[in-house]
Amino acid sequence: MKRYVAIWLRHLLVDRVLLTRPELEGKPFVLAAKERNRVVVKASSRDALKLGIEAGMVLADARAVQPDLEVLDYDQALPEKLLGALAEWAIRYSPLVAVDLPDGLILDATGCAHLWGSEAAYLKDIATRLKSSGYDVRTAMADTIGTAWAVSRYSRAYPIIPPGEQLSALLQLPPHSLRLEVPVTEKMQKLGLYQIKSFIYMPPSVLRRRFGQTTLDQIGKALGTTHESFEPVHPCEPYQERLSSLEPIQTAAGIEIAIQKLLEKLCERLVKDGKGARQAVLRCYRIDGQIQHVQIGTSGPSCSASHMFKLFELKVASIEPALGIELFVMEAPVVEPLANAQEALWDLSSGNKITQIAELIDRLSARAGTGVIHRYLPAQHHWPERAIIEAVSLTDQPEIEWRTDQHRPVQLLSEPERIIVSAPVPDYPPMLFRYKGDIHRVKKADGPNRIEQEWWISDGMHRDYYAVEDEQGGRYWIFRLGHYNEELTAEWFIHGFFA
Amino acid sequence: METALKKSELVARLRSDILALQGFRAPALGVKHDDFGLGPVMKAFPQGVFPRVGMHEFVSQTAEQTAATSGFMAALAGKMMKQDGLCVWVGTRRTVYPFGLSQFGVTPDRVIFVDLKKDKDLLWAIEEALKCDALSAVVGEIKELNLTESRRLQLTVEESKVTGLLHRVSPRLSNPVAAVCRWRISPLPGVTDDVLPGIGFPRWQVAIEKVRNGEPGSWPLEFRDGSFELFGESVSSHQYISKVG
Repeated sequence: MKRYVAIWLRHLLVDRVLLTRPELEGKPFVLAAKERNRVVVKASSRDALKLGIEAGMVLADARAVQPDLEVLDYDQALPEKLLGALAEWAIRYSPLVAVDLPDGLILDATGCAHLWGSEAAYLKDIATRLKSSGYDVRTAMADTIGTAWAVSRYSRAYPIIPPGEQLSALLQLPPHSLRLEVPVTEKMQKLGLYQIKSFIYMPPSVLRRRFGQTTLDQIGKALGTTHESFEPVHPCEPYQERLSSLEPIQTAAGIEIAIQKLLEKLCERLVKDGKGARQAVLRCYRIDGQIQHVQIGTSGPSCSASHMFKLFELKVASIEPALGIELFVMEAPVVEPLANAQEALWDLSSGNKITQIAELIDRLSARAGTGVIHRYLPAQHHWPERAIIEAVSLTDQPEIEWRTDQHRPVQLLSEPERIIVSAPVPDYPPMLFRYKGDIHRVKKADGPNRIEQEWWISDGMHRDYYAVEDEQGGRYWIFRLGHYNEELTAEWFIHGFFA
Repeated sequence: METALKKSELVARLRSDILALQGFRAPALGVKHDDFGLGPVMKAFPQGVFPRVGMHEFVSQTAEQTAATSGFMAALAGKMMKQDGLCVWVGTRRTVYPFGLSQFGVTPDRVIFVDLKKDKDLLWAIEEALKCDALSAVVGEIKELNLTESRRLQLTVEESKVTGLLHRVSPRLSNPVAAVCRWRISPLPGVTDDVLPGIGFPRWQVAIEKVRNGEPGSWPLEFRDGSFELFGESVSSHQYISKVG
């Protein structure tokens, strides 16, 4: 059995304006936006409502009613933004919170209310907290989203509908409370169906013919016979642990204890399922409604609390507790099965070597950023830049042997640099070359060693490589790009240094 | 006469005690020590044993020296890694070509390169790597290093027993650091048979400028088929110091 809470923030935008500009309290004001070449009221304050200025009115008419009406700009994206933030805040009440545009929230409160003692206390807590932060709020709780929504908006009765009693709760309410389309409700008004009880007992075929299939669906959703989809702002993570604190936590030591406790619980569950986390997210809910995010990633599935704690430890400094943190939520959004076979790889003499190194790598990349760790495997290319490829994981094994018969420098410049040479044609190594202002006289040389561009990968000229040694014993890897042309000019580059 | 003999005995015993306190264990009988193939260079070290538990400082000034030093360090790391060891190579602007390491007895896929973006992370990363005792060696490329920082690294090494090879690439000042050894490797012209073309095997002037409790010196070495071979004249410590000045 499901339980849902509908929260209706009646004057969401107006309350928001009053929070940011308290001097407007007690004055009639409206939020207006341009619509089809006229300015239309989108939301009006309580005082403006008393004067009969309602949403949907043209601003000129509203001004006629109240000449000194304060007019503010209406931001179309604001309701969604506000509700999104409130939904994040409401995660303290239930992990599943959905935004209900334009002015509400829906909570899947199944199995949550008992933590507050009772459903009444649960609802009261939500309402008082929202009211104390300045929002006019009405709440209701029922088995279905439809009924909770209807009761929160249209009923003055007790807002907690006992399980299974949706129908009796709805009977007295107007048809609007079923979230019907405007033409349908207008039609019902014309026909004199002012309350749900006047049409709900009609045969479905009649209702369908008169008011369409959507009306039947909406009735079904309210009564619980039709499923209603629910899109929470945060999809529920299977590996999630929550820790709420009695007193708001402000110190780094306190945060570390919380992280440790959460990780222990999380890892216990992971171990039981034979899973390891590749990513873990810590969310800290502060008492001022802000949420602090910290995220870590691991290079391999890990279920070691101490290891993940070390990674979080590096990031604790970035958490700003401000007035205090009242709830910690730890999630492992990405998990992978733990591979027991890991120890056999790399035929290491001791089994936990690879875990130790994986943990070292995690620590390094947690602090220095991703993309700093590289491991290379041989590739089947002669072109020096392509002769190595980056290994994806620690346990990748080379498919081919490393070649030692090719003479390759120990230092390779990331980009070959131009040098000026004097070399006899056609294929002799240079006699001398100038690099960074120094002239190097070549005493010994080896080459040419021609390496072709692989035409199926990229266009370009081949390189004729020479390994040369100057009189001081410095050894260089230089190449000529392409053939000599008719003017006997060619471009020469230095590409590396031999040991 | 007798007292003099006793004195020298005493001094010898005290010396070995000091060495032991400083972390240099006398080679126990029957225990085979890693052979680094360094041949005559081994005499420079206290009791002829390569100090594994320590930080080795390598200084290079020019690009040629840097390349020679990288090759020499790779050769040393290769000896330490043997068949199944792993090595971490930390730096910021890496020019080492992994493929080129295979000539020095290092399987390049057993080297994990840490290419940091910021210089200020270097010391931290080297220290973290040195703490990980699953590694055989840690190579760090760092420009400047002061005594306190190096002391900290040396203490980490003594704790974890992972050999640290620090390469100081063209440092502004050659300030003293707390390393067991300071090396300077410079390239030497290779020697080839007249009949064969090419540039021959790598040859270096390997200088130990400082070594704790040992004898500094300088040796011309050739790296051939995975081991170092002496050629020409080696320079003993006295000559070496007078040469350097």
